[in-house]
Amino acid sequence: MTVSNSTDLPFPGNGLSTVPTADAPQNRKEFTSDQEVRWCPGCGDYAVLAAVQGFLPSLGLKRENIVFVSGIGCSSRFPYYLDTYGMHSIHGRAPAIATGLATSRGDLSVWVVTGDGDALSIGGNHLIHALRRNVNMTILLFNNRIYGLTKGQYSPTSELGKVTKSTPLGSLDTPFNPVSLALGAEGTFVARTIDSDRKHLTAVLSAAAAHRGTSLVEIYQNCPIFNDGAFDAIKSNDTKADAIIPLVHGEPIRFGAEGTKGVVRDQTTGNLSVADVADVGEDAFLVHDAHADDPTTAFALSRLTDAGYLNQAPIGIFRQVQHPTYDDLAREQVTSSAPGADDASQALAGLLNSGDTWTVV
Amino acid sequence: MSKQVKQVKQLDRVIIRFAGDSGDGMQLTGDRFTQETASFGNDLSTQPNFPAEIRAPAGTLPGVSSFQVHFADHDILTPGDSPDVLVAMNPAALKANLDDIKKGATIIVDSHDFTTRNLNRAGYTENPLETAALDEYYLHAFDLTDMTVEAVKEFGLSRKDASRAKNMFALGLLSWMYGRPTEPTLTFLERRFAKAADIRDANVTAFKAGWNFGETTEAFVVQYEIKPAPMSAGTYRNITGNLALSYGLIAGSTQSGLPLFLGSYPITPASDILHELSKHKRFGVTTFQAEDEISGVGAALGAAFGGRLGVTSTSGPGLALKSETIGLAVMMELPLLIIDVQRGGPSTGLPTKTEQADLLQAMFGRNGEAPIPIVAPQSPADCFDAAVEATRIAVTYRTPVMLLSDGYLANGSEPWKIPDVDNLPKIEPNFATETNHISEKGEAEFWPYLRDDETLARPWAVPGTPGLEHRVGGLEKGDGHGNISYEPANHDFMVRTRAAKVERIADSIPPLEVDDPTGDAKVLVLGWGSTYGPIGAAIRQVRKQGGRVAQAHLRHLNPFPKDLGDVLKRYDAVMVPEMNLGQLSLLLRARYLVDIVGYNHVRGLPLRAAELADAINNLVETTRDDSSEGTR
Repeated sequence: MTVSNSTDLPFPGNGLSTVPTADAPQNRKEFTSDQEVRWCPGCGDYAVLAAVQGFLPSLGLKRENIVFVSGIGCSSRFPYYLDTYGMHSIHGRAPAIATGLATSRGDLSVWVVTGDGDALSIGGNHLIHALRRNVNMTILLFNNRIYGLTKGQYSPTSELGKVTKSTPLGSLDTPFNPVSLALGAEGTFVARTIDSDRKHLTAVLSAAAAHRGTSLVEIYQNCPIFNDGAFDAIKSNDTKADAIIPLVHGEPIRFGAEGTKGVVRDQTTGNLSVADVADVGEDAFLVHDAHADDPTTAFALSRLTDAGYLNQAPIGIFRQVQHPTYDDLAREQVTSSAPGADDASQALAGLLNSGDTWTVV
Repeated sequence: MSKQVKQVKQLDRVIIRFAGDSGDGMQLTGDRFTQETASFGNDLSTQPNFPAEIRAPAGTLPGVSSFQVHFADHDILTPGDSPDVLVAMNPAALKANLDDIKKGATIIVDSHDFTTRNLNRAGYTENPLETAALDEYYLHAFDLTDMTVEAVKEFGLSRKDASRAKNMFALGLLSWMYGRPTEPTLTFLERRFAKAADIRDANVTAFKAGWNFGETTEAFVVQYEIKPAPMSAGTYRNITGNLALSYGLIAGSTQSGLPLFLGSYPITPASDILHELSKHKRFGVTTFQAEDEISGVGAALGAAFGGRLGVTSTSGPGLALKSETIGLAVMMELPLLIIDVQRGGPSTGLPTKTEQADLLQAMFGRNGEAPIPIVAPQSPADCFDAAVEATRIAVTYRTPVMLLSDGYLANGSEPWKIPDVDNLPKIEPNFATETNHISEKGEAEFWPYLRDDETLARPWAVPGTPGLEHRVGGLEKGDGHGNISYEPANHDFMVRTRAAKVERIADSIPPLEVDDPTGDAKVLVLGWGSTYGPIGAAIRQVRKQGGRVAQAHLRHLNPFPKDLGDVLKRYDAVMVPEMNLGQLSLLLRARYLVDIVGYNHVRGLPLRAAELADAINNLVETTRDDSSEGTR
């Protein structure tokens, strides 16, 4: 199952419009560093890395103007494997560091690579505030619903009752739904994709990069060591047609092996649910509007994700709206305040001599 | 009332403390008196003291706010231990400050609030204005509030609004007593209340009425004159530490050509740096009010990776939160300025009071071997130079640098001789622009951890520089190439190299200046940070009494000046006064194996010069005895 996504946005501001473009076509090899990749065999991170390495040349940006910032966790090794500028920072802080970088350098394409523990546990505060500010950067949130690097504890996206080393009798805390969280913070671009669906992943990444503002992309990513099979229902050819609710802007939300299922709105409560065409009729299916400024319906769509074992999840772009970005506004305040003709040292002398002064001769 | 012919008496110095309720405008009153005094040409030093609560219950002891100003016809070093004049606007202000006042001092009281209710609220069972409690002081009690309301009645303000101008009445009275020029305050009031004519006129009128009251009342028979202090030629302004520090950061930015990026979370007493820098976007300054302390320093580090002058400002509790990111900056070897305006601790401690107890946190408060340079300003105006110096070290050596200010420096003020911008040091960022290594295959490549031989600094290649793409991070770096390395020998080498790089900074630090006028002192008093003023004042007192004592003050706490060990060993005894329980003493003992006599107070206030002078005198006495024993 693949879902197509349009990258030609109806909005004037493009996420990459201030980044210098490359003089010549690029290839995947140029974006691959000389470092040996050290993820476990079968890790979903390999697929994402391959997709990103293959997709970056298509942006046509100067390679030196691309920066990947990561936190701590398996996925956060990502920057080492890309021959761009990169920073493997500390646990949970990548969105904060990227905010400083993106705000001070509008000529950079800034990417954050993070995981469910990094972004939603230790770094939850930075994530929601980055989304709230709408800083121009793309956050790739690898969600494997487990702690991998610390060897298998439950994560803030693990299903309730998860039995792990730290929860032998089952976990007790309700998981976050990363898309719901991002929409609650009024993220302007919120999407979900799957590590193994290269085509969809690439289409979502393209749209995310083109979005001016904070883009949050949740990537369902399999951890073969500590949480193998967490996403089998949406990956298996036998089940995925019934498990994936595809979101395509402007199209009715319909799915199922027979194409008979779809999303309908309860006219009294406004809630969304899945119904069969035989029961509700074709016209009852909700037409997806990712560009709706109000995030309420996008949030309602995100609630169709199973909180327990994943038998059903909407996949695609939930929300894609154009709002002013923090970094553009911050740079505008600085440039519009810049002094005219006087040089820096004259201006400094003027500042130091401002206020009530007196002269001793 | 006929105009009195007043006697004019010369004084060489005066200490005045204005005290009132938090809402009485005492900080403004003190600040105006200070500006008048500065423009008159006296040397001065100020110390505000205010509660952490924004508006504590009116009339209570916790709600008392005060502002002390010390001014003189000669150069002075501190706001003074004990006021000669206390202006108390209510019973609580009198009660809260009386213990600090010498017998024989002058007390000017607004008697208006000395009602049973307000006396009880301040903890008085009897009215001290009517008992013998204040017999040992020169007490002047007037109903300043009523006089103010009467003076401004023509402007038709409510009684409450009218009475709010009483601080200007008090300012007018004190301005008369000490012959202060009135123009600066009149100009200030015109500007401040330009949009509210009635408030402006009431304040101006109250100020003039206070002045005239001093001139006409028979209660004051003497007007005082304190001649201007001789100062070296130049243009001066009065400046607080936080303002000087902000200007120093802007200067560091212009001198290095690096646009300044401040990432900060509001915290007392550092917030004014965020406020001030936010006003100066025309200098290319970006200020980012972060969601928390960690994000503040993180964003600053991100900006530094992007080639900016990354700065974060905080106080002790915030510094604790920033530790991990500072460690990352140590590992990535990027320039970063961390401004810690210290306050009383531990934990939330005393948010509005001063202390020097973050030295060891600055020095060691990170996991692993993570040395960083530390500099400290010694006076409010010196915060400017300290900020420029911190910038120089950070940029030149590619390292986070800690600047330790404190609450006393931050809010205290003194005259500042404005430097000539042309004389400020140039700071060269020397960004890497080219590859610096040839690979085994014979290809040119960039090694981010190949060091400068002299400074041991690594190249700073910023995104946007073609051909120098590289990755940095918190994992241990391989020497030179900078790739992840878990090699035992490499880690040992890199740990030692990072330490050596910080030590290498000592090559660029001037020798310690020791003030030892007789050249034969056996006792050295060594300080750091804001204790400079009290130590200097104490040393003067000791010398005046014939004691021989040497003084030195550290700008650099890490690394120390190269000759510090030799200096310490030249003296039979070394005293280190600190507003902590001996943190510099601990470092000195460990490093140089010399014993240190600590002098330590953590009262949330600057050290008192007179007490310190006694302690120094004792040490000078006993040291003389000890050494004469040795020669017997």
